[in-house]
Amino acid sequence: MTTLDAHTHNPADPNSPAFARYKHGHHWRSQAEEFDGTKLGFWLFLSTEVLLFAGIFCAYAIFRMLYPEAWAEGSSQLDWRFGGANTIVLLLSSYTMAAAIYSCQTGKFARMRINLLITIACGILFLAIKFLFEYTPKWSGWFFFLDPHLADVHHTKEALGGLFKFVEGYGGKRPGQFFDYPFAKDANIPLWWSVYYCGTALHALHVIIGMILIARVYLKSLKMTYGPTYYTGVEIAGLYWHLVDLIWIFLFPLLYLIH
Amino acid sequence: MSTIDTSRAKPHAASHGHHDESYLASRGSLFSNIWDWCTTVDHKKIGVMYLFAVLILFFIGGLAAILVRLELFEPTRVVGGKVVGSLFQSLTAPEATSTAAGNNWYNRTFTLHGAIMVFMVIVPSVPASLGNFFLPIQIGAKDVAFPRLNLLSWYIYVIGSIFAVLSIILGGVDTGWTFYTPYSTLTDLGFSRVAIMVFAVFVLGFSSILTGLNFVVTVHKLRAPGMGWFDMPLFIWGVYSTAIIQVLATPVIGITLLLLCMERLFRIGIFDPSLGGDPVLYQHFFWFYSHPVVYVMILPGMAIISELIAVHARKRIFGYRAVAFASLGIAAVSFLVWGHHMFTGMGEMASFIFSGLTFLVAIPTAVKVFNWIATLYKGSIAINTPMLYALIFLFLFTIGGLTGLPLATLATDVHLHDSYFVVAHFHYVMMGGTIMAFVGGIHHWWPKMFGKMYAEKPAMVAAILVFIGFNLTFIPQFLMGAQGMPRRYASYVDDFHIYHQLSTYGSFLLLVGFLLHAFVLVHSLVAGKKAPANPWGGLTLEWATDSPPIAHNFHHEPIVTHGPYDYDSVVPPHWDPKDYPLPDQKQVAQIHAGH
Repeated sequence: MTTLDAHTHNPADPNSPAFARYKHGHHWRSQAEEFDGTKLGFWLFLSTEVLLFAGIFCAYAIFRMLYPEAWAEGSSQLDWRFGGANTIVLLLSSYTMAAAIYSCQTGKFARMRINLLITIACGILFLAIKFLFEYTPKWSGWFFFLDPHLADVHHTKEALGGLFKFVEGYGGKRPGQFFDYPFAKDANIPLWWSVYYCGTALHALHVIIGMILIARVYLKSLKMTYGPTYYTGVEIAGLYWHLVDLIWIFLFPLLYLIH
Repeated sequence: MSTIDTSRAKPHAASHGHHDESYLASRGSLFSNIWDWCTTVDHKKIGVMYLFAVLILFFIGGLAAILVRLELFEPTRVVGGKVVGSLFQSLTAPEATSTAAGNNWYNRTFTLHGAIMVFMVIVPSVPASLGNFFLPIQIGAKDVAFPRLNLLSWYIYVIGSIFAVLSIILGGVDTGWTFYTPYSTLTDLGFSRVAIMVFAVFVLGFSSILTGLNFVVTVHKLRAPGMGWFDMPLFIWGVYSTAIIQVLATPVIGITLLLLCMERLFRIGIFDPSLGGDPVLYQHFFWFYSHPVVYVMILPGMAIISELIAVHARKRIFGYRAVAFASLGIAAVSFLVWGHHMFTGMGEMASFIFSGLTFLVAIPTAVKVFNWIATLYKGSIAINTPMLYALIFLFLFTIGGLTGLPLATLATDVHLHDSYFVVAHFHYVMMGGTIMAFVGGIHHWWPKMFGKMYAEKPAMVAAILVFIGFNLTFIPQFLMGAQGMPRRYASYVDDFHIYHQLSTYGSFLLLVGFLLHAFVLVHSLVAGKKAPANPWGGLTLEWATDSPPIAHNFHHEPIVTHGPYDYDSVVPPHWDPKDYPLPDQKQVAQIHAGH
């Protein structure tokens, strides 16, 4: 026996779609209260996520203050074009997520599903840019040819028709003490890469979690679980996705734009 | 007038069949009962499961404390490296019973004691067990806001505890419960026991966050009709303030421990000075969580004391609003004082500011203590186990609070920093405060939770044993701390011998007291008298339902028509003073006459 037994005996018409048959958990007085309560709980959870990232931002601020040269050099090693592309991708996904919620509320289910799929696709695109054009090249020493810093580097090989350049002796921009490359100008630059990798990797993890949430919403939407009268899950996934966007909006200028 | 105004009450949505049975009622086979408990989303069962888990870990942590005290019984080692030490040594270090091995063993034992007691016992003890059980009932709700999340946080708690115990079985962690860097990133690299323990604490943090946000939403959204914010029992105010701290502080330890794990795995160097990092940054991050968590530990204890004193002195709590706001005040100030753990590692100006902010905590705390004493004044005090524990709390917590002042003062802290004075101080606050309130609360609510009365006299004897044992353990520690005995040393100079001996004897007495408590409570389950619905004559909602409560807490949705402590105007429901008479019969008669 559970106290969540409201789902088991539901008097509504079995032929109506699932969202119309939805009955709130019986410890709530009404569905509206359940919705409000769930949203309040999720906002609280989002505040804990913000505080989680606050630790990273705090470390960023402190070490930026202590080692400004390392920070200036570190951020000049990043290519703002990749960060910018990722920002645009996430902003687009934010719009489609909001549109998905609105379509759900207004009962336009096909549009809702398309918007959800675009959102997930944007998430995949974001991760692809991050891993293919930023993490992997930096770790292995291969660089996308747009990287302006490679102009004065002479010991290079080319690949994929000149799309990538391999910098000899570069060693890869890994975090931590394994980090080493010959033309690093500042002794504390490993710290910059530590903060960069911790912050962006934690964010990427959240992107993945967000995509899983949205995929779950998509699968449930196929069974008509959500609709104009019940869309808590869609709303929650949307809130989470907007938080992921928001954190990137802070990470992007801090890491890529401020020199 | 009664607590439940049945004329306006709606019939229960599911008031048929087995929902009217006690939540403990068993149906079907043993296996299906166990399955029932493992998959339950009933906050009462989850509360009982938490209570069970916490008490087991309390026993393990207490055993570690006894081993620490045994080790310190003689100035040089007696236990480590000889008896129990051999168990650990066989798994870890090849060298035999050398001094280094003994010290090693000692470090692991006190780390085990500290980590278990802080992260697995004191933090979840009151909110997760008694809070889970009584918070929804006291506000007249059928359950917490997110019942499945509640079950999930119990499982997360158990998984975290298993990881912690695993790191101990693998050989133990010797960093101290604070995991200070760079030691915690450099020690024990071959095994990853520190990483496992740190991960365990990270997992436990999730449990804490989920419980906290569940409680905040429950209090905001599920109060019974008629219950305004200032009609809530003070226990709710305390647990609510605690939940806010849990939600707002725990993520910071999450990121800190994540960075610590990264540092161990990839040598990223955010905290390691040899890589350009800052070890004091770790301390800032750590204490930004861990100082508010001190109030996560004490606020629910204070909340219980408010209930015990009001019910067992049968008096309206003096300055209800002041006590309620003091809980929020303590929660707010708790976020501003973390720096006082680093007086010896920060600049003068920062230390000065943190010292001043630390003194601020004394104000709401004193408001509470004085209000409790004012409540006791001219109360109709019943001296029973819960009231005894309330008095013990007042005595011990006041000592604990006042000895905090020399530690918050810069000049005296330089002398007392990391000495046994600190050890005694935080034991007076955490154990003398929280654990005493917890044990008092368990006795207060035991008849409600399990429907059985425990034997009052043996329980009172146990309480007195605990009180004497506690003071015998920790007063000598104040004395030797003030004389310079540092904490975390296995060996010491002969001058401190007598203090350590007294302290160890005290710890034995404590053990005996707690074992007697355990015996009394288990005995009551087997052979206790059936408890009435309202044995103490309480006015809060949990006393208005059956003992033990039914599966859905109330037969009808309660509508609150009076405050939680209106003893001067309300006769408690279901209460027969003939069964459990109070000392002052005249006053009881007056209460019944409605004066």
